[in-house]
Amino acid sequence: MTTTETRTENGPARRHGEVGAARRRKEDAHLLTGQTTWTDNIQLAGTLHVALLRSPMAHARVRVDASAAAGEPGVVAAYSGADLADELPGLPSAWQVTPDWVAPEHKPLAVDEARYAGDAIAVVVADTRAHAVDALDAIEVEYEPLPVVLDMEQAMADGAPLVHADAGTNVCFRYSDTFGDVAAAFADAPVLIRRRYVQQRLVPCAMEPRSVLVAPVPASGEYTVWSSTQIPHFVRLFLALLSGVPESRIRVIAPDVGGGFGSKLDIYAEEMLLFALARKLGRPVKWTETRSEAFQATIHGRDQIQDLELAADADGRIRGLRVALLADMGAYLQLLTPAIPLLGRAMFPGIYKMDAYEFGCTGVFTDKTPTDAYRGAGRPEATFAIERLLDELAAELSVDPLEMRRRNWIRHEEFPYPQIAGLTYDSGNYEAATARARELFDYDGLRAEQARRREAHDAVQLGIGVSTYTEMCGLAPSRWLGERGYAGGGWEAATVRLLPTGKVEAVVGTSPHGQGHVTTFSQLVADTLGVPFDDIEVVHGDTAAAPAGLDTYGSRSLAVGGVAVWRAAQRVVAKAKTLAAHLLEVSEDDLEFADGTFAVRGTPGATKTIQEVAFAAFAAHSMPDGLEPTLSADFVLDPDDFSFPHGTHLCAAEVDTETGRVTIRKYVAVDDVGTVVNPLIVEGQVHGGLAQGIAQALHEIAVYDADGNLTTGTMADYTPPTAADLPSFTLDRTETPSTTNPLGVKGVGEAGTIASTPAVVNAVVDALRPYGVRDVAMPCTPERVWRAIHEAQGGAS
Amino acid sequence: MIPVGFDYVRPSTVEDAVAVLAADPDAKVIAGGQSLLPVLRLRLAAPTTLVDLRDVESLHGVRVAGDELVIGAMTTHDEILHDQRVAEHAPLLAAATATVGDRQVRHLGTFGGSLSHADPAGDLPAAACALAATMVAVGPNGRREIAADDFFVDYLTTTMAPDEILVEVRVGDTAGWGFRYEKFNRMAQAWAIVSVAALVRRAGGGVTDTRVALGNMARRPVRARAVEQAFTGTGGDIGAVTAAAGHADEGTDPPSDVNGAADYRAHLSRVLTRRALVAAVGA
Repeated sequence: MTTTETRTENGPARRHGEVGAARRRKEDAHLLTGQTTWTDNIQLAGTLHVALLRSPMAHARVRVDASAAAGEPGVVAAYSGADLADELPGLPSAWQVTPDWVAPEHKPLAVDEARYAGDAIAVVVADTRAHAVDALDAIEVEYEPLPVVLDMEQAMADGAPLVHADAGTNVCFRYSDTFGDVAAAFADAPVLIRRRYVQQRLVPCAMEPRSVLVAPVPASGEYTVWSSTQIPHFVRLFLALLSGVPESRIRVIAPDVGGGFGSKLDIYAEEMLLFALARKLGRPVKWTETRSEAFQATIHGRDQIQDLELAADADGRIRGLRVALLADMGAYLQLLTPAIPLLGRAMFPGIYKMDAYEFGCTGVFTDKTPTDAYRGAGRPEATFAIERLLDELAAELSVDPLEMRRRNWIRHEEFPYPQIAGLTYDSGNYEAATARARELFDYDGLRAEQARRREAHDAVQLGIGVSTYTEMCGLAPSRWLGERGYAGGGWEAATVRLLPTGKVEAVVGTSPHGQGHVTTFSQLVADTLGVPFDDIEVVHGDTAAAPAGLDTYGSRSLAVGGVAVWRAAQRVVAKAKTLAAHLLEVSEDDLEFADGTFAVRGTPGATKTIQEVAFAAFAAHSMPDGLEPTLSADFVLDPDDFSFPHGTHLCAAEVDTETGRVTIRKYVAVDDVGTVVNPLIVEGQVHGGLAQGIAQALHEIAVYDADGNLTTGTMADYTPPTAADLPSFTLDRTETPSTTNPLGVKGVGEAGTIASTPAVVNAVVDALRPYGVRDVAMPCTPERVWRAIHEAQGGAS
Repeated sequence: MIPVGFDYVRPSTVEDAVAVLAADPDAKVIAGGQSLLPVLRLRLAAPTTLVDLRDVESLHGVRVAGDELVIGAMTTHDEILHDQRVAEHAPLLAAATATVGDRQVRHLGTFGGSLSHADPAGDLPAAACALAATMVAVGPNGRREIAADDFFVDYLTTTMAPDEILVEVRVGDTAGWGFRYEKFNRMAQAWAIVSVAALVRRAGGGVTDTRVALGNMARRPVRARAVEQAFTGTGGDIGAVTAAAGHADEGTDPPSDVNGAADYRAHLSRVLTRRALVAAVGA
């Protein structure tokens, strides 16, 4: 993949210095040379190894006798779910989306009923991993098969088998919202587009599988937990809440974490289980997921059926939108499961103005792996729906899809814009991003080629797909979360310390799993303090070193965490200024601060560097009244509001109508993520995001057979794309600073994924419109494309 | 995942290897391990002993014997890909080998291992059938030669006995034949959904010989005899190509799986055969 980089200036003058510089990542040297501290690499003397027995049946009553395994070579202990039922609390679900939601008990080891293929039912602890795995075969299990329900609509039918018999229903929750006069908007609408789109179930496939190591100190009752997690602070909180061990005795470390995409934004059975085993056995215990386990027992993403109606005037002006979702919870609720589809609630209107909007969502239990956050978490689903509908509306009225968007989008002079679903979009310039994308893409030239191929009945047709997306980043104002039933807040914490040597420690509450926090935050601190980039150490991912924080998800690390870091650094400068004035025996008003040096205005040579001030603050020989020794400051930031990046993505896809193969020929992404701190990191995020969004459009799907077995349970069957399957990307940016934070930054972690899926599917459908095709279900595999053509042409399928 | 425990031996002669296999019916040969190791790690097989052939010198390398190429079973895909004699005398084999797995797989995986694994979706079984290769196997009762069409009998099953080892493959000279390996897969480094290995010999104005083999259109690689008969003797023009390719799925029994249902595969086999013949005949 290559990047064509050209810059469109479209905001206030860029700050000079580190912010905006394409710094290479400080993290990369050790990550790329294998010097990593993945959890599984951490070796502690005397560690015991854990293996889990997982139900091969999607729904069964189980009677488990683990005692025979206890006699196998090397085995220290073996337990069934029933053996540990009293010691293992249920797993938490932290977002109660409705007052009457159904939240069934979710034990780390299923006690007498397994509810998805992969549900853990017994555990072996042994001296080596091989012994633990071998001993699983000795566990005796009687499975009594129970009826399986996999399809959401069947799960809601009368008399359907129940995933949780006690609940009396497979419905987890029903949620609805209405904005504006929906009936009026739809009454006599000249154009009505009605579609059903399916967001297939996806498997996150982080490069590093999950891994947990728990080391107890029996004498003091303290525990250190290493986990490949995005959320060490939440892991500590919930381990404390659920075990009764005080937080002060639990230290959670997220060492190097090799990707997450939301799948490690969870409190997992294995974390609770290993904590309990370490407590019970008094020895370190480790478990590392196999890739096969990762497919079954790490959360899945998406899995939504969308029934959509769009009403428009004869010229294409949108009057109203109705959205009715079915969202598959899987068998249990994980940390945020029911909230994920609702995070898309306000994003279905996209960048468009409309008179009315209705949203409904029903969460449904099925005998499948639980779903939860996966890159974008609700917003990709929403963006796909509205961007596909805009293309359909354009086709219905024979209007160019970019023109159709222009007729409906919010104009740049209308920001901040209170959109129909209650959010206020902070800033944006859809016109500028679209104009730039159109130019880079050679939109008119490709349209002309498309016309020629259609005319010639070429076996390989060309399609052009558009996606003009926005998304909601920077989770989240705590008040907003509280109003929506979330148990926690959305603030973020940072501490910036100038050490006696003049080096800097920036202690942050967000914890990276590949994003480059260390580099980005170093750039922010370097500019603010005027110290060298290389003098800054960013401390993260360890609740002992960075006790306050709410971790990494929802494109929040820069827009929330980065602003907290910047604010803390500003506080350090303010304190340093007070001390510098004292040391120079002038008033603070007489001092200027630039490039790390305080200088007395009009008195050449009367200066103190911030490093000198730091040592003076450490020695504390002469402090002004009321100023405490040391040079350090904290900041806890609760964001005022979200920020809304946007952009225009254009995809040209060639479709071989004989085989159904789709080949992306050109992909242009012009994103506006506000002020850019590090363009290299932004581009990396966009590349990865595009890869995952394209993967949903063309390649990936979790398929279950009729018995509830995951048939795409290996990399070979699930087919995530490699570099060889992806096109080169042409990237560019416009830069419209956010108005909801002082840095003007917006998030970029999810934007590429959110934008690209509809761009690609729109291109596929566009290529095939002359054949009568108006949708291809994702992923648009060759067979599905071929069948769509075949069926549209009147052939039997 | 961790395989079930097994013993490991590394004999230096074919005879020693055969002796181990003959003595233990649950022993299994390992060549490059590119197919076997995943099976072991998923615990889909649990052999008692792995017999590693890497130290058997006689199984490595390519040589010319008369008008045949003789390819040792332990020759890696990468070695075949970079062998000038293969490029000259069996270019179809080089073309098919270039599509096997990825670079790492091609450096470790072997020709003989791939053929013995007999995955109908593999690239080399179909190529071997189109090349009318001769397999040479050695067992307790000595050597025997098996025609490629008879070698593959079912899904992951050859005609070899558990105590027989494929030692070499003989391939006739097809220099001067038109050839094409047409592989259709969803992902760059995946098995074929359908593949077509085609060889066409022309003399004067017409097609004098045609060999077409299909991958993943049955539980074993199959020759598309109806295509071969329909195309041989024609002028090799596009009309003849199209007519012949229409017979591609005759007598096949394609599988249905997540990559495609049987009817899609049947359709693909016709399209890909047409494309392969067009390329091979230069129409």
